[in-house]
Amino acid sequence: MAAHSAVLSASKIMNPFWVGRLGNTAKVFGTTLIRHRNKTSLTGENIPPPAKYGGRHTVTLIPGDGIGPELLNHVREVFRFTCVPVDFEMVNVNSALETDDDMNNAITAIRRNGVALKGNIETKHTLPASVKSRNNVLRTSLDLYANVMHCQSLPGVQTRHKNIDIMIIRENTEGEYSSLEHESVSGVVESLKIITRNNSIRIADYAFKLARERGRRRVTAVHKANIMKLGDGLFLQCCREVASGYPDITLDSMIVDNTTMQLVSKPQQFDVMVMPNLYGNVVSNVCAGLVGGPGLVPGANYGRDYAVFETATRNTGKSIAEKNIANPTAMLLASCLMLDHLNLNDYASLIRNAVLTTMNETRLHTADLGGQGTTSEVVQSVMRVIQSKGQFTAEL
Amino acid sequence: MTTRSMRALSGTLKPLFSLRSPQGFVVAACHQTHKSTYTAPPARYGGRHTVTLIPGDGIGPELAKHVCELFRFCCVPVDFEVVNVDSTKTSEDDINNAIMAIRRNGVALKGNIETNHNLPPSHKSRNSLLRTTLDLYASVMHSQSLPGVRTHHRNIDIITIRENTEGEYSSLEHESVPGVVECLKIITRTKSLRIADYAFRTAREKGRRRVTAIHKANIMKLGDGLFLECCKEVASGYPEITFNSMIVDNTTMQLVSRPQQFDVMVMPNLYGNVVSNVCAGLVGGPGLVPGANYGENYAVFETGTRNTGKSIANKNTANPTAMLLASCLLLDHLKLHGYASMIRKAILSTITDSQLHTADLGGKGSTSEMVQSIMDAIQSSGPRTQRH
Repeated sequence: MAAHSAVLSASKIMNPFWVGRLGNTAKVFGTTLIRHRNKTSLTGENIPPPAKYGGRHTVTLIPGDGIGPELLNHVREVFRFTCVPVDFEMVNVNSALETDDDMNNAITAIRRNGVALKGNIETKHTLPASVKSRNNVLRTSLDLYANVMHCQSLPGVQTRHKNIDIMIIRENTEGEYSSLEHESVSGVVESLKIITRNNSIRIADYAFKLARERGRRRVTAVHKANIMKLGDGLFLQCCREVASGYPDITLDSMIVDNTTMQLVSKPQQFDVMVMPNLYGNVVSNVCAGLVGGPGLVPGANYGRDYAVFETATRNTGKSIAEKNIANPTAMLLASCLMLDHLNLNDYASLIRNAVLTTMNETRLHTADLGGQGTTSEVVQSVMRVIQSKGQFTAEL
Repeated sequence: MTTRSMRALSGTLKPLFSLRSPQGFVVAACHQTHKSTYTAPPARYGGRHTVTLIPGDGIGPELAKHVCELFRFCCVPVDFEVVNVDSTKTSEDDINNAIMAIRRNGVALKGNIETNHNLPPSHKSRNSLLRTTLDLYASVMHSQSLPGVRTHHRNIDIITIRENTEGEYSSLEHESVPGVVECLKIITRTKSLRIADYAFRTAREKGRRRVTAIHKANIMKLGDGLFLECCKEVASGYPEITFNSMIVDNTTMQLVSRPQQFDVMVMPNLYGNVVSNVCAGLVGGPGLVPGANYGENYAVFETGTRNTGKSIANKNTANPTAMLLASCLLLDHLKLHGYASMIRKAILSTITDSQLHTADLGGKGSTSEMVQSIMDAIQSSGPRTQRH
């Protein structure tokens, strides 16, 4: 309730920005925050009801390619074992096909269910340029505008830097990923990077709201406005506008090249970072590398009405597919984020604690962490930890 | 490129690129857009070279002064022609003077010129203007772990070759609909072939085994797809060098976990900016790595990460290593290898003394102490020097 009223007052502060322009947006921003914590919507308009039959939620599952299918199988196994009230509606997307039917089915399923868990869908470079990246199509059609990644140093994992705790919020739908390219003169390609005021304000607002919720003190905007003056200049300006409405949180800005250099020397100085699409891609991968690699960090894509969870660095992992050596941590933690989103916090913390306890054991570390453990061993260990907690579980 | 006479040189370090032929030569791999500019003969009077010096802003002027001091002390036959560029003015006269001076001399050493964010977008970045007008198409940065500097990773030796004139830095932006800005990223076949060819040639010259192209062709299929295609074409002409490619996000992640796997990296402008800064951070920071910008006819040397360093300006705490190593690259380019290796050795021996480390390396030394120590090291190694 407190969050609810805080958000409504925040939206009242925000209203002057939107007078005469985007009528519903203040209410929408008001609802966005709430939707991430409880599924009850404030306005109830244009938002499909969460699928919840007999107390069980239905979640769309997109296995994807590479290590996706096996990791999602493990997620299902763990959920079944822990008796989590979630049913998965599986939708396969075949990356080899050129038609969009598979993708449309997946999008319809997510619209119906509101929540999804996905593996990465491979983008074949050999297909013509008109075939867009499937992952990208999903993000833009569902308008999942915020990609949130929380990088934390895990206690059991040995890394060169310690005490890292960075939240990265990346604009997910525009910027360099607009897929707008053309070759008007042969041998000269123009790629368009689009920055809009609306999307920039939206993502900045999301970042500040999240920072406030989590009690964070500082938001850093990452940009390259000395070169892309109009584009990143607009983004920076929007961040500053939004920052004025959050006096308890400081905003500073940093150029992307300096940011990456600081990240590899002193990553502890960063708190929350907000940035456009491409810089977000690079910076989030650097941070993932700093805390231990792609197998450890979960990612979440939030939109106004939908949420899709996946591994943060979106690796397909083709070379390690079906070898039982992939690290399941990222996918399991992503499923915990999903459970938090569905308001099943108890199950979420149960599984999360089990995963973190398992991570402490160096013996079970998989190849990406320098160990020799297998995926199934890690999952077994997670299930055993859950069982030992005394909860009602299925057979092991 | 044509004759490689530098192979026969006796210097300990081969220069990366020699551009001292009086006539401009034709690049074999691609045709050049010839601007109607007069290329002046290299200035070399009485055995002394003249080099344009652009102090820039922030820590630039003081570091440039230290370079002059050091050169005078070592009796290096180089005279500096100082051209000041005022970053607060909107007129382009200053930078045009600088460009003319560089055209006259062929070589320059510069500090970073600040880009004021408050000026309108039509005011382009001066550094960018310099690079594009002189067509300095290759930015080369050699990141090496230095023996005296403690870092998280060891044994790093990466050469990053970054396309310097097009890509995201075209400064072509417009706002056709209010609130919607379009920035154009331009990738052309000619320039991609040119930079790929430069990368492979450099790799061959330096005896490197592998070139990695960094791209994001899964999203920017046409743009980075073209870049990648050009790299593959050029790679087929260099069978002894392996070529592989990596997406930029995976690259940065690999760089922070296992940087030793990279050898030579070639990439478009923006990724080059990010990746070279990551590499600089890995070997010890912006104060240690020199950078060089090479074009067909000109070469400009500066610090690798192009920092202005406004907050530490005039405090005598800046690390002079990057600028001094850049001046060594300059000397190599001018074929004064004896002086270059002498100064370089002195710098490396000074860096091993952690007492002299400046603030960016975690020490308390000052710039002048470091420079003094370098001069002492040079004097003790024997060659004729000026008085202190």
